[in-house]
Amino acid sequence: MRERFASGFDPFVLPFLIGMVFVLGYCAVGILRILRQLPREDRKRFLVSLVTPSTALANIRDIFLNCLIHVKLWKRNKLLGFMHSSIAFGWFMIILLGHLEVFIYCPERIHLFYYPIFFNYFVAENESTIGGALLFFLMDFFLLLILTGIVLAMVKRARSRLFGMRRTTRPSFLDTIGLYSLWAIFPLRLLAESFTAHISGGSFLTVPANWVFRQFLGNDLNMLPTWWAYSIALGVFMTVLPFTRYMHIPAEMMLIPMRNAGLRIRHARRGFAKVEVLSCPGCGVCIDACPMSVKKANIKDCTVYLNRQIRRGNEKRIEEISDKCLLCGKCEAVCQVGVEGPRLRVAQRAMRRYAINQDFSAIDTSSLVPEAAGKVLYFAGCMTKLTPSIGKAVCSLMRKAGVDFVWMDEEEGLCCGRPLLTAGRFAQAKELVRKNEEIILASGARTLVLSCPICYKIFSEHYRLPGVRVVHYARFFEELVAQGRLQFEKSDIFYVYHDPCELGRGCGIYDEPRRLLGAAAGITEAPASREESICCGGSLGSLTLGFSQREEMTKAALRKLYESKADAIATACPLCLATFSRYSERPVRDLAQILDARTKQTAR
Amino acid sequence: MIDFGFSLSKSSSIKLDEVDLSLYRRLEEVEPGVRICMGCGSCSATCNASKWSGMSVRKVILDLQRGRDMKEMLSCCMLCGKCSMVCPRGINTRHLILSLCRLYESGK
Repeated sequence: MRERFASGFDPFVLPFLIGMVFVLGYCAVGILRILRQLPREDRKRFLVSLVTPSTALANIRDIFLNCLIHVKLWKRNKLLGFMHSSIAFGWFMIILLGHLEVFIYCPERIHLFYYPIFFNYFVAENESTIGGALLFFLMDFFLLLILTGIVLAMVKRARSRLFGMRRTTRPSFLDTIGLYSLWAIFPLRLLAESFTAHISGGSFLTVPANWVFRQFLGNDLNMLPTWWAYSIALGVFMTVLPFTRYMHIPAEMMLIPMRNAGLRIRHARRGFAKVEVLSCPGCGVCIDACPMSVKKANIKDCTVYLNRQIRRGNEKRIEEISDKCLLCGKCEAVCQVGVEGPRLRVAQRAMRRYAINQDFSAIDTSSLVPEAAGKVLYFAGCMTKLTPSIGKAVCSLMRKAGVDFVWMDEEEGLCCGRPLLTAGRFAQAKELVRKNEEIILASGARTLVLSCPICYKIFSEHYRLPGVRVVHYARFFEELVAQGRLQFEKSDIFYVYHDPCELGRGCGIYDEPRRLLGAAAGITEAPASREESICCGGSLGSLTLGFSQREEMTKAALRKLYESKADAIATACPLCLATFSRYSERPVRDLAQILDARTKQTAR
Repeated sequence: MIDFGFSLSKSSSIKLDEVDLSLYRRLEEVEPGVRICMGCGSCSATCNASKWSGMSVRKVILDLQRGRDMKEMLSCCMLCGKCSMVCPRGINTRHLILSLCRLYESGK
């Protein structure tokens, strides 16, 4: 190998160099700003995690698997996975091999940013070696891999349905520029390397292409312009990158270590939240996932658009989108990057100032304390109070199993605080939590059984109840079955089990209700179940969605459940029960009701 | 004056021409549902907070339309959403309450 130019420089590298310096500078400033925005203890935690061997290794592994190989995307959709990993991993390998070439053949140039990228222009091949041929082969191989990815990307842009995506995002103007410049980079690289292949060598792609070009182009006049074009495409892409969705490439590399360090969203716009917003690749997977998107008008309220509006600083739309969401959490479950759409929205709601702040300090809890020393306490919650059949069924089952229990809020009770929490009113929710803690601890109960997943989520996450076990009835009854205290007779009705958002995605309880249901009746699965279950539309998470606006969502969720061909629908949430019952053509039952109707009378 | 052990309560007549409806109007803009309330009282019947602050969405709306103060009632609302679930008119009462809490001072 021999260098063609003693100066090691040509003006065509300038567009690339400007773009590169700009994007690196932008990211460096961004990292410093985000670090400054983090609360002190979070910052410390993050920096410590970077030098702790276990988390540092996890960071490298996760960045490699998620940013380059796109493992999560492969699991979801092979074609999309191949498209993304071919571009990301191929590009990474080309950069890596470029550096390797410079390191082997002209190590004195390694400090030049542009040398590994434009190696084939600056260096000529004067003897062919096995090592050199292998490097050239790999370069061409990865270029081919990227080009396949680019072709797939072009097809996807025209026909997204082929890739299993019904709807995708509409790119903004700058996104389009970023997209076209990204598409242009690799074909231009192929052209540029082909034009120089007879000087600097090449492999199975570039050498034949060079031969073809030389059949009708008698001179090398096309060489420099194509290298210019290649450099300009790179420069344009990197200059617009911070203002397009391609910002997710550097942002995700920041998000993964931050998440591994255990950071959480503390402020709707700053620190961790900012990194999450920038990490959104705008793929639009959340659009098809969102239960609101059954109405076309609601598509712009999906998480991908929330992120876009936050980046644009469109306050009016940010507020609208944040308040409308049902907080079902499905966008988060399907998100490839792990953007926490619901948390971002709740943090946004928490930023709001109110003229009237609820104050529960005057509530005297002493009149609400039940006598339950050493017993089981049953807390029905507001929603179960409106669906009394569930409360009755839970009590009847406990009686049949011989459980010594007290119904805590049979007459009167306080709300669990979760609705206030989702409305962003953290201080008020906390006050309510404290009040309920007082009542429960004063009752002397050992176990607290809940029949509402909304309550269960806040009880298991935010309540501090030393010595009291908090349990959802699905888990509680399963234990009673295991102890032989409850037995069921299987009915011949087939139920499809609907995972309530708060119980499934919210608390990770998927299997217990299914096992119980399977013991008392036939059970089938809906096409979208478990993590991908569709919200019933009744969620308290949404602040602004009115009664009539929810109807279509409920009906769409029901249609998916009907696809399972079940006779009836089972769920384990009073709110789902009430919402589905309104529109369902098939019977809807709570798990407790089904179980209660099918108990076998034991010797007891 | 002879002390009978009780007195007449103050007249509660409302001069609708003089009532300040600015808060009501502002609420109407953000939650138009407030207009369709028929005062059935289902919300009051289910309310968790009524025991503590006399909360009743029906009364809140009524007081609002008459320019009266209802800050006290709102102070114990737990946003549990029972009222919106039972409302036969499908009013988004939670949003109504939240909006009111937000608009209160600026509307008065």
